[in-house]
Amino acid sequence: MIQIDNLCKRFGKNQVLRNLNLTIEPKGIVAILGPNGSGKTTLIKSILGMVIPNQGTITISGENIRNKWKYLGDIEYLPQIANFPNNLKVRELIRMIKDLHQQPSKEEKLISLFGLEPFLNRKLSTLSGGTKQKVNIVMTFMFDGPLIILDEPTTGLDPAALIQLKQLIQEEKSNGKTILVTSHIMQFVEEVADEIVYLLEGKIYFKGSITELKNLTQQTNVEHAIAAIAS
Amino acid sequence: MFKILKYSFYDLIRSRWSYVYFLFYLALGFVLLFLNNDVSKAVITLMNVIIVLVPLIGTIFGVMYYYNSREFTELLLAQPLRRTSIFLGQFLGVAGSLALSLVLGLGIPFVIYGLFRSDAIFDFTLLLITGAFLTFIFTALSFNIALSNENKIKGFGYAVLLWLFMAVIYDGLFLMSLIVFEEYPLDTFSLAATMLNPIDLSRTLILLKLDISALLGYTGAVFKDFFGTNKGLVISFVMLMLWTIIPVWRLIRKAKTKDF
Repeated sequence: MIQIDNLCKRFGKNQVLRNLNLTIEPKGIVAILGPNGSGKTTLIKSILGMVIPNQGTITISGENIRNKWKYLGDIEYLPQIANFPNNLKVRELIRMIKDLHQQPSKEEKLISLFGLEPFLNRKLSTLSGGTKQKVNIVMTFMFDGPLIILDEPTTGLDPAALIQLKQLIQEEKSNGKTILVTSHIMQFVEEVADEIVYLLEGKIYFKGSITELKNLTQQTNVEHAIAAIAS
Repeated sequence: MFKILKYSFYDLIRSRWSYVYFLFYLALGFVLLFLNNDVSKAVITLMNVIIVLVPLIGTIFGVMYYYNSREFTELLLAQPLRRTSIFLGQFLGVAGSLALSLVLGLGIPFVIYGLFRSDAIFDFTLLLITGAFLTFIFTALSFNIALSNENKIKGFGYAVLLWLFMAVIYDGLFLMSLIVFEEYPLDTFSLAATMLNPIDLSRTLILLKLDISALLGYTGAVFKDFFGTNKGLVISFVMLMLWTIIPVWRLIRKAKTKDF
């Protein structure tokens, strides 16, 4: 599905990704982990074409994505910080994203799942952080792309919404989609991820299942295993 | 691109600041007409306001909009859209709504007053056209500054400095060089120097159309010879076009290679 070869990215003097090679197979949930500043978001943004790599190639479904944009129609992306144009209402924003995508969508179901009906006619600037994140999630999951990328999806969510999010992720997985997710909440990762990719200083340090990770580090707890992996 | 343009425009049209800007021009138009009772004089006063205020508002609004909509831009970048259309759409949305505030805000009181029956219609149209050009030019310049500076404070600083330079410092340097080199023929120099600053160019263009160039003395005569003719008018508009196109072109180039 995604093939990354020799990816390098520098921001000024700061080398964020160093000759990164990674293959992500279709189907299943892959968690991208790593300490702050290890290059997780840069990697995701490179896949989305938002960050332009200094070196290396990214191929999605056999197509090199450099200077392309149409492939983005097949990717659903949940950004880390949900911040929208303040003068728009929730309903208008959703309509606008639909208009830009020109694809069938299932937003009604998601809106009722997260109980967003009372907020549809509110301006986005009046929403709380958690509600904004719910809107963000609705906009990510309403299309039917084969690849879903979630950057810190749990931020600001209450427990009820978190459970719904997990169900949603599992549902999409059973629909045969590929899901990339970053998170610092290890409990969440342990529950959803089939595979873990551990990034450290811009390189893949570990790639494998949670069981493999536990065996490798001889820890029983994922949090400790992750903490132990780099040392 | 037109979708982004539509949404940016819609977003801005509903923001409080667009109304304030629009109402300001509306009030200015009405007040000037009631106090002056003379369209030609009102046009001159308006010119003095527009020449300074339009670039300032264009610059500040441009930087502000860019920095405020950063996260939204990131959201758009993840949609199946061409980068060029995102940034061009946003630019045209900002510049378009500002130009609309200007044209409607000033146009309405003048139409009510009876502009169409007055001789000043041409001067007034010229005023609005140059005002619209200045809006597009300075919004494009401010988008360039904002795209090149991650740091908001720095971006704002450079934008204000740019305005200060174009609106005030440039004229000071221009005048000083005229005094220092007064023994040399300066006709071509002053013409060129005027052409190279869109604010000066707009001011000269309007002043010379208003038949008050006699106030400008000998230089005025030289200017009248140049700007007063159709050729001069065309060249001036070409210059204003270039001032718009070059920053927009750089904006597109910069947007294509930028990381978000």
